[in-house]
Amino acid sequence: MPLDPESAIFRAVVSTIVPEAAALDGQGWHDLHRVIEALLRERPESLKRQLRIFLAAIQWLPVIRYGRPFTRLRPDARARVLAHLQNDRIQKVRVGFWGLRTIVLAGYYGRPQAAQAIGYAASPRGWDACGARAPACRVETRLDTSGFHGEP
Amino acid sequence: MANHNRTYDIVIVGSGAGGGTVAQELSPLCRRGMRIAVLEKGPRLRDEEFTGRELEMAGALYEDGGGFLTADGAMTIAFGCAYGGSTVVYTGTSMLPPERVIDKWSVPGLTHADLDCRARKFMTENNAHFVEDGLINENNKLFVEGCRKLNYDVQQFPVNIKGCRGSSLCNLGCPNQAKQGTDRVQLPRAERNGVEVVTRCQVLTVGEKTLAVRVAAKPAGAKGDASPWEPGDYQIDAKIIVLCAGAVNTPALLLRSGMGRSLPRLGYGFTSHPAFIIVGEHTRPITNFVGHPKSYYLDLAESDHFVLETCMYFPFITAKSLAGFGAPHSAFMRAFPRLQMILVLACDEADGHNRIAIDKAGRPVVHYRFQAKAVVGLMCGAFTAAEILFAAGAARVHMPVARNTTIEAADAARLPEIAAAAEFQPGKTPVSAAHPQGGCGMGSGPTDSVTDSYGRVHGLPWLFVADASLFPNSLEINPYVTIMALADRVAQRIREEVPALL
Repeated sequence: MPLDPESAIFRAVVSTIVPEAAALDGQGWHDLHRVIEALLRERPESLKRQLRIFLAAIQWLPVIRYGRPFTRLRPDARARVLAHLQNDRIQKVRVGFWGLRTIVLAGYYGRPQAAQAIGYAASPRGWDACGARAPACRVETRLDTSGFHGEP
Repeated sequence: MANHNRTYDIVIVGSGAGGGTVAQELSPLCRRGMRIAVLEKGPRLRDEEFTGRELEMAGALYEDGGGFLTADGAMTIAFGCAYGGSTVVYTGTSMLPPERVIDKWSVPGLTHADLDCRARKFMTENNAHFVEDGLINENNKLFVEGCRKLNYDVQQFPVNIKGCRGSSLCNLGCPNQAKQGTDRVQLPRAERNGVEVVTRCQVLTVGEKTLAVRVAAKPAGAKGDASPWEPGDYQIDAKIIVLCAGAVNTPALLLRSGMGRSLPRLGYGFTSHPAFIIVGEHTRPITNFVGHPKSYYLDLAESDHFVLETCMYFPFITAKSLAGFGAPHSAFMRAFPRLQMILVLACDEADGHNRIAIDKAGRPVVHYRFQAKAVVGLMCGAFTAAEILFAAGAARVHMPVARNTTIEAADAARLPEIAAAAEFQPGKTPVSAAHPQGGCGMGSGPTDSVTDSYGRVHGLPWLFVADASLFPNSLEINPYVTIMALADRVAQRIREEVPALL
């Protein structure tokens, strides 16, 4: 498993990238991990290995500067460590962080509960699903569409 | 080692804007007894399988789930992999080929007038029209309002929809079958005329009038029908082969077939539209995740190398597209019902570096470096979008290239100063590309191109290309109608030469 959902470092990184994740219960972490696992299933083994290495580096690099590993840092220091990686002058380091961040965001926001929590409610029924919001949905427009010269 | 053999007169590889068009335009030949097959790597989904759920649909309809990465990992490229190709996952924006671009391409034998005429045929066939005013959401209206306040020449997209319910889920495959892509129009018509479509069928190599292909079993729990063919390896003999696998996969297929030696330009000339989103937060909820998401655009490609388009994405893609992390990132995500989004598309140019190659296993590798012109386009586009968002009343704007990614309305007057200090950093700035193009460019001979203006591969009279890889340089607009027009030319040439080629 590239990113062990039970590990303190995994949870610390996820909660730094998405602060709301700190409030997830056991089921929430389980769901988040299932999304990530599905996302990585078809990916090459080398990518999973890189993620594991990157995560280990995040845990131990702060020892040089802060004298303690990532999981024992305060939230503001954790954010500084990740910001440092995000802004690193070496592109490969930035890309590595971008990849990790992408997977974390997929795990968190790929869950239906997260979509609901942020108020995202797109429906295949579109306008018909607007319900109480329908009148506001259908505001008249004053647009002039006569300028399309390519109209068939 | 192939354990099955098949024989066709014509085989078309890929079923998107190019493959679907060629299939339709050649399908009358089936009535004369000719055997035509379309081989599609992706699955064919049933209508009820289009749920609009983000990760589920992305995994089913996109190559690598939408996360196909360039070789340096700094950009993702989104393209479809399904019955209908990328026409299943576009927003249906239907743009005629721009005259200035086609003229600039200077392909011998290719005129804008010819492409324009063919493009209009498909605009009509696909029901391209303007969305009626009453169905346009506030995400789009606010874009128009902002542009007009700033005296920008905002324009409306014609879109190829029929019976749109405004789900806003176009990029996840329309759950209401409203988009008139090749999966809805050209492929069904071709099949009615006798063309055979084989899904989950990947072409491994192309040889002298033959293809080695592999049909995959349907994975457990996956969406889509099983392939009509039994899983396994096949050798397919065909008198004419038309490659329409897209600008990443068509050059890669030819490269792993060993054609790079005789075609030195193969894989070169790759371009795309590197893009990111600029998001504005309003103080009240707006209609954004309901209604057609992409109704308007601002085309500054000629003068400033960018195009702005309205857009509305889904939670994960939005989160991924916002720069940074932590509290500022979360604050924008929590404001989702109040968000207005603008997509910034930069125009790059074919150059000596950006190209398609293959790895040891024959998989496509996209070598892509951001050109100065494309970076300028992204930066200028980003700050123009911010101006538009503030003019439309946004309280704050997320600016992925600014040092502080959140810009409050009170600081709108400082945008030029903020822009001067802004920085584009590959690997940090979240860029995704749409519309991959080039790699099998048209031209006059093997020293400058891969095909002639009718998509015939130089030196191989039986082999044609009919997809966006034909573009010798960036089209600078949404490309599917131009791809269809070029594919129509290729099909016409094949029809004319059938007696000689078969």
